[in-house]
Amino acid sequence: MTGIRNFSIVAHIDHGKSTLADRLIQHAGLVSDRKFQNQILDNMDLERERGITIKSQTVCLPFKSREGGDYILNLIDTPGHVDFSYEVSRALAACEGVLLLVDATQGVEAQTMANLYAALEHDLAIIPVINKIDLGTANIERVREEIEVELGLDSSEAVLCSAKEGTGIEELLEAIVKKIPSHQGDAGKSLKALIFDAQYDSFRGAIISCRVFDGSVKAGDEIKLISFDSVHTVEEVGVFRLEREKRKKLSAGEVGYIIAGVKTVSDTRIGDTIVLASDLSPELLPGFKEVKPMVFSSIYPVERTDVGALTEAIEKYKLNDAALIYQKDSSAALGQGFRCGFLGLLHLEIFQERLYREFNLPVIMTAPSVRYKFVLGSGETVTVENPQYYPDPAVIVESLEPIVKVTLLLPDEYMGVVMRLCLDRRGETPQISYPVTGRMEIVINMPLAEIIYDFYDKLKSITRGYGTFDYDFLEYRKEDLVKVDFLVNGEKVDALSIVVHRDRARMRAVQICDSLKEEIPRHMFKIAIQGAIGGQVISRSTVSALRKDVTAKCYGGDISRKRKLLSKQAEGKKKMKRIGKVMIPQSAFVSVLKTNED
Amino acid sequence: MISRWSDAVITEAREYREFPGLFKTLYFGGGTPSLLSEETLEKIVMKLREIFDLENLAEVTIELNPEDINKAKLRNFKELGFNRISLGVQSFRDEELELLGRRHDSEGSRRAFEMIREAGFKNVSIDLIHSLPGQSLSSWEYSLKTAAGFRPEHISCYQLTIKGGTRFGKLFSSGKLKETAEDIQREIFVRTSDFLCGNGYQHYEVSNFSMGEGCESKHNSLYWEHIPYLGLGPSAHSFDGAARWWNAGSVAGYCEELEDSRLPVADSELLTGDELALEALFLGLRTRKGISLDILKRYDGWEDASARLSALSLVKIIDGRMIPTLEGFLMADRLPLLLID
Repeated sequence: MTGIRNFSIVAHIDHGKSTLADRLIQHAGLVSDRKFQNQILDNMDLERERGITIKSQTVCLPFKSREGGDYILNLIDTPGHVDFSYEVSRALAACEGVLLLVDATQGVEAQTMANLYAALEHDLAIIPVINKIDLGTANIERVREEIEVELGLDSSEAVLCSAKEGTGIEELLEAIVKKIPSHQGDAGKSLKALIFDAQYDSFRGAIISCRVFDGSVKAGDEIKLISFDSVHTVEEVGVFRLEREKRKKLSAGEVGYIIAGVKTVSDTRIGDTIVLASDLSPELLPGFKEVKPMVFSSIYPVERTDVGALTEAIEKYKLNDAALIYQKDSSAALGQGFRCGFLGLLHLEIFQERLYREFNLPVIMTAPSVRYKFVLGSGETVTVENPQYYPDPAVIVESLEPIVKVTLLLPDEYMGVVMRLCLDRRGETPQISYPVTGRMEIVINMPLAEIIYDFYDKLKSITRGYGTFDYDFLEYRKEDLVKVDFLVNGEKVDALSIVVHRDRARMRAVQICDSLKEEIPRHMFKIAIQGAIGGQVISRSTVSALRKDVTAKCYGGDISRKRKLLSKQAEGKKKMKRIGKVMIPQSAFVSVLKTNED
Repeated sequence: MISRWSDAVITEAREYREFPGLFKTLYFGGGTPSLLSEETLEKIVMKLREIFDLENLAEVTIELNPEDINKAKLRNFKELGFNRISLGVQSFRDEELELLGRRHDSEGSRRAFEMIREAGFKNVSIDLIHSLPGQSLSSWEYSLKTAAGFRPEHISCYQLTIKGGTRFGKLFSSGKLKETAEDIQREIFVRTSDFLCGNGYQHYEVSNFSMGEGCESKHNSLYWEHIPYLGLGPSAHSFDGAARWWNAGSVAGYCEELEDSRLPVADSELLTGDELALEALFLGLRTRKGISLDILKRYDGWEDASARLSALSLVKIIDGRMIPTLEGFLMADRLPLLLID
């Protein structure tokens, strides 16, 4: 009989999570030392570059303990960003324990705390792991003390290791077997499996990652995804090694995949429960939530003629990202495009970056917006998530904007700066508590619109990386909102319009005019940039005319270089958007995201 | 080192003895002439005459700095067949020369010019640099007027170019020197053109002025008209009408290659029709000859674009050619981009 242990590794960024995962994989002999490529689990280039995990990844590791027992250790790697906190919670729900990784040179940090809370919430066994003990600056005793005092965990339980050097890995594996409980499921009961991820495969459709809690599933079974109420026939089940490995069945306690002719990942929902179609009283596993997009932005091809290619790219992208929603949209300035909904700003950035990398498609994305509601004179309520469709102000009776409950965790020394950041962004009724000495939790209500731009970046920078935050939708609240339009050389650029609180309108308009001034290259003529509410100009800036643009010398040795430069400039010009007589680079549309307030 | 270098240049020249076309100009430049002894220079010139047919040379130029000049040398240059001297005066203000790290002073330039004339050279060019950090318009005009007062057949007025890595580049990037404001650069450019054009010169290329058409630099015009040229020595570029290639920049590397019977070519490119057209476009738009409209016809929307440029008085269309105006010269790097939409 083989024992099963399901666990995840949680860590502050850069504390060595990916390296440790790689080391465990290597130890299990899934990959030869020679072929070993660092950070196997983060298999998108984008993930490696940003050092974050975007999709959950799973790997099934065989292990023989010192006492001779055979085990299957399922490592479930989780995403590491607030935009994906729901996905993280589902991956943790598939585990019985976590390795809480702490850098021996850095000690306990904000994210370590947040991770601890998440693990405690799921009632998981926690093994503290002190990593990087090989480094000269490692201070194991201090870290042990922090684990005791700040995390409230027994530091004598901590495993010491150096993922980089490979020391302590054996002890860690033994600890996983000993300290993480085995599953409590019953293979004899009816099937109950939790979906915690899905990936698209162009031949097989959605590859559903799941954890079987009760019962078992095999090829040929008729299964039902409860929230979709859709029935599928299982074609294949198996486990994840580095590749998929087919199995006869998946039983209670096991983690693996199901292929069942589900076309795309959008036909699955993370957190949903899989049962047998024959189950007459199917019950959802706890914690299911339908994720809703919070942030909206329009996307346009730089070249109007590329709209077909963009359509195709978004359709392909969507196959693998259930959280993205989109619909056709058009702009007077930018032509045909799509309005897209995202979980958050990082989700949006990942989308934009992947479109460019995987489909080689330069696009323009407009400033992100939240979904507003307007009550009109007619009594009708309209929902607007695109400033272009802002109703005529004369008929608006009431404007409503979404408010979220933001939970921030930070060392108390940063309280002042963080409170100021929140209050500057219209935060209200903060509640403060101290879950442990030295760490504070602020719960504060804020307009979602105020946190979708660069709130996360700002929080990270003012708390030197120690602050973390999460948010939940609270309510729609009546506010005094206005639409600010931007005119470039007298032409309104509809894609730049924003909806903003009246008190903040002038400040935002000034910032955006200044950003646009930096981003729009000089032309042969002076370019006026204006921000306006209706017909009233509230901010302006000017891009001065180019008065001289000539190189002094152009002789034999200069000609090739100059030609190459010109070709490059001409290429760059193609990526700009012509609005009237003015060429506007992509970056200008993005620059409205930046708030530059310091 | 010098003899090793000159042997290498001669070896390189031999390798190109089949270079197509008749040579009409010969140009010794790029800083080296000052370093050469009379014997070495004589040896190279003689060998070149042996290797190539140089019977049709119309212009034989040597670049010199004022401190390199004495009567005996000038006589020797004359005997070797040089008929044009390009004199690196740069400025007639001593404090500016010091800033530029030059070894001569303004008095040296005056004496050098007089000696050149006395030696019988009838085609002389003076090089000047403007838009130096801290240079006022009047300071520049002083140098310009002094130079024009000598009535050289040709004047080159170069705006200071700042390159990263150079002594000057570092002073600029560290903020110790400040670039001249664009409006002042522009003013200098316009006033220079107005002044010289009012005093018998024509503004025939962005940075070059000549006393009538006969005094234009025939050699530099080759570059601008896509006529084949052969460059010898480290870093030299050559063009045979279809391909361009250039030599290794290090003197030692250059010599080594030739000593091992290899051409010291660092890289080369075969130009496509599009590339040749683009070059013809931007080179032509830097000269008062402009470009034939035929070159433009390959670009979509060229007619609208050229109408726009005409409306902005950047160019004039005359006899099937697009000719840049003074405003056009000021925007010479921009014009091609505005045309090849």
